[in-house]
Amino acid sequence: MTPQITLSGARSSHTAFRPSRIVSWTLLFLGGLVMVTPILFMLSTSLKDASQVYDLKLIPASPSLDNYWTVLSDGRFLRWFLNSLVVAVAVTVSNVFFDSLVGYTLAKFRFRGRYVVFIAILSTLMIPTEMLVIPWYLMASTFGWIDSYWGIMFPGMMTAFGTFLMKQFFETVPDEFLEAARIDGLNEFTIWWRVAMPLVTPALSALAIFTFLGNWTAFFWPLIVTNSRELYTLPIGLSSFAVEQAIQWEMIMTGASLATIPTLLVFLLLQRYIVRGVMLAGLKG
Amino acid sequence: MIAARAKSTRLWDGLSLSHKRVLWAWTFLAIPILFYSVIRFWPTLQAIALSFTNWSLMRPASFVGLENYTRLVQDPLFWQVFRNTFLYLIIGTPISLLLSFAIAYYLDRVQFMHGLIRAIYFLPFLTTAAAMAWVWRWFYQPVPIGVINGFLTWVGLPQQPFLRSTVQALPAVLAPAVWAGLGFQIIIFIAGLRAIPTSYYEAARIDGVSEFTILRRITLPLLKPTIVFLVVFSSISFLRIFDQVYNINFNDPGGPLNTTKPLVMMIYQTAFKSFDMGYAAAQTVVLFAILLVVSLIQLRVLKDR
Amino acid sequence: MRLRKMLAGLAFGVSVLAANAAAAVEIEYWQYVFETRVKAMDQLIQKFQAANPGITIKHTTFPYAEYQTKVASAVTAGQGPDVVQLFYGWVDGFVAGKLIQPLPKDAFPHDKIEADFFPIVKAMQRGGEYYGLPTAVRSLALFYNKKIFEAAGLDPNKPPQTLEAFLAAAQKTVKRDSAGNIISEGFTLDMAGQDHQWWREVLIRQNGGVPYTDNDRKVAYDSDAGLKALTFYTDLQTKHKVGLTGFMDEGQAAFKGGLAAMTIDGTFRLGAFASIKSFEWGVTELPADAKGMRSNYASYFANAITSKVQGEKLEASKKFLAYISSPEAMELWLQVVGELPARRAAAMTEKNLTNPIYGPFLKGLEYAHTTMFVDEAAQRQTAIDMVNRVLLQNQDPKASLAEAAKAEQAIIDRATK
Repeated sequence: MTPQITLSGARSSHTAFRPSRIVSWTLLFLGGLVMVTPILFMLSTSLKDASQVYDLKLIPASPSLDNYWTVLSDGRFLRWFLNSLVVAVAVTVSNVFFDSLVGYTLAKFRFRGRYVVFIAILSTLMIPTEMLVIPWYLMASTFGWIDSYWGIMFPGMMTAFGTFLMKQFFETVPDEFLEAARIDGLNEFTIWWRVAMPLVTPALSALAIFTFLGNWTAFFWPLIVTNSRELYTLPIGLSSFAVEQAIQWEMIMTGASLATIPTLLVFLLLQRYIVRGVMLAGLKG
Repeated sequence: MIAARAKSTRLWDGLSLSHKRVLWAWTFLAIPILFYSVIRFWPTLQAIALSFTNWSLMRPASFVGLENYTRLVQDPLFWQVFRNTFLYLIIGTPISLLLSFAIAYYLDRVQFMHGLIRAIYFLPFLTTAAAMAWVWRWFYQPVPIGVINGFLTWVGLPQQPFLRSTVQALPAVLAPAVWAGLGFQIIIFIAGLRAIPTSYYEAARIDGVSEFTILRRITLPLLKPTIVFLVVFSSISFLRIFDQVYNINFNDPGGPLNTTKPLVMMIYQTAFKSFDMGYAAAQTVVLFAILLVVSLIQLRVLKDR
Repeated sequence: MRLRKMLAGLAFGVSVLAANAAAAVEIEYWQYVFETRVKAMDQLIQKFQAANPGITIKHTTFPYAEYQTKVASAVTAGQGPDVVQLFYGWVDGFVAGKLIQPLPKDAFPHDKIEADFFPIVKAMQRGGEYYGLPTAVRSLALFYNKKIFEAAGLDPNKPPQTLEAFLAAAQKTVKRDSAGNIISEGFTLDMAGQDHQWWREVLIRQNGGVPYTDNDRKVAYDSDAGLKALTFYTDLQTKHKVGLTGFMDEGQAAFKGGLAAMTIDGTFRLGAFASIKSFEWGVTELPADAKGMRSNYASYFANAITSKVQGEKLEASKKFLAYISSPEAMELWLQVVGELPARRAAAMTEKNLTNPIYGPFLKGLEYAHTTMFVDEAAQRQTAIDMVNRVLLQNQDPKASLAEAAKAEQAIIDRATK
């Protein structure tokens, strides 16, 4: 018998009124205010002109969207935006597939060398990217990947971060489910894809959000590997506002605000999967 | 053709179930292992090899033995940076994990404006480090500009130098790093909490067990894989802290007087400002060793095998 | 090293490819992103191509922050530009790494260079060869806020000309609240900005010393003059309380925000200050000492030919480099970017010298010095740390100075070993 999986909506079924709930809600809300204040300053600065940047008032004296028009009317901005989108989406898809496959294998298969493989992959988190940039560059230049999407993407197609995350979440999946599927005669790949994957949707969504975000804001490697401005990703493009000796902060803030929009959309789109709990039915010894 | 096929099928059928599963495992791992070997392990080995040379980006390399390592041990900056890096770890990891767990735990039970509050806590994680560092820098300013000092003088307390102090600078740099990473940890905790089958809770509630006991006996044990992940991953992140430190004080990165400089920044400056690649490689090897030891200890202590 | 062999192979492959390219020569030029510089260079390229139909120039730009890293990694891999822009302070590294080649003497005779350009161009010379030529040069000057001057009862058209008058003006213009906190500075203290150059090449010399000897390979400021210069600087905060390091984060931000009466900065700041709307500002030469002695610090970005360039491309690169360091190019650069011409004749015109903004900078060029940095970032850091030790840790200036001298000498020794 294949176990039944139902996804529950909101979590606690008991919503009785309790004073402690009000206290925790209020505290959470106040904490949220602290969290959001710096971001409000970012938005406020993006509405100021260069001469008001240093007045540091939260409400601009004469707010205007001029900075946004300046940034958006530069056709290259949209191009950079698109580049970032292509790179981030492609890398995210690859990571969601491979990281969860490897994570699943490390969590649910028993074989000699499993721990060694896990530690070896984990150890790749421990070398700062800065030291890998030169070997990667030589690799890219040998294979002609410089100044291409693939050149920007290839080092990040799989990450130890995602593998580790997925391994930990697959460990929470009860073995009984997989055994049941095996008895039904499914092959291992199908078991992973059809049975195990749906059980870790929250983690998959989290992985997708983080990978997208990480690539969306990546700066150092894309800068090294691209030459033409047409291939810049958004963060590199935005850094042209930080020129020698002088940084146009109102422009940086405008760009940063605009850059937050897609990541926010991805978050809003995927967060419901994180939040939607997994209720396991038919789980009786 | 057909015979060969039949033969291989027979071979496959002849394998025991557990052998088949081992084969499946290595099949799944084949491409990733190739990928990691070429993209990660090979350059890492190169870096280790480089650490025994005096290669600078500008000059050909020659073998110098352990010179880079002896230089490192004698470099007072290295020990300062070593101390800073561990301060980031020991202050940053527990604070951010306790905060994010508390927030996730209560957020998970709150329903009124749940989505909005969750999004707000996650928002800092979505922002650009350079832009946010600038805002924080202004929060720390002296009066008449600084928000925090403005508040302190308003309630009658003396101004604090924050980033302009050799003592306060490190916590002041750490605060935005914790702030920015909190959303990430909260989301992972929520995902972990939500992965716990509700049936466990329902059973406990029917038995009339108190909330605290549920937390201690059910939630925390079942959350263990998540906790292991966050402890190890946050520790690695704090030991590798760079962006926030670099951006908040970019005219004097790691300052004042190197009191906020982490190891990765020392590596970056050695490699790309002084082009002293051999020395930077030696620092990388040391960082690698530290991270590996810390992670292995954590995994062992948390018994995740 | 295996890596090196790979690089050599790559460089060879690239040059073979290049030799087989079409008849029209294309050369690649790299500089960092700065809107007006990019615009000026585009115009220069257009004019150059019109005059030289057989040559096309590919103009590539990178963000400033990682420009140096980018150039180094590309050229190391045998990729990258034919003509490259570099800061004069990087030339040691670039020469040592064989990234750039000496300028051919047939196109760039040394006596012509030395006669036409400002003497600071000497900083591009290594082992009797010139490795690059600048289009424009920069120097420092004192910026002052006319509105604050007027409010403090100072003549907004008579900025201070001596260090004594400078200090008096700073004391008159600084504003503090009842608790003694500075709310508007008399002078900005920002060692990470241009103050370290002011201290090194100006204040030390005005106190009778020299910052370095032996072609800037021996630190010489651990002296009485160095100490006087340092205490003059730190006294501005500790004794006279006319400024506060870190106030408004950066000196230029404080000045731009109208919360500082005076700041020392370079020509490159003119663009940013042009957007100031709330007050009028002026520029004057850096203050002289009691005997009327003045000094200044000048610097520049130079254009150089990378080492892989040869044959047709070398001929084209020579022509292009000669054009972008011609008087005509400098004239255009001044108009578009606002940077001072590197040739004496193009710079010291009556029109430029009487210009209220360019004038003080140009006069500064005449007596400016150029520090021959081996590692600009690291050497600046030693100066920042020296002042921080005095201001934040109350270290005795003499001890702090000695520590800085020792640290900087170690950096120089390591780089020139």
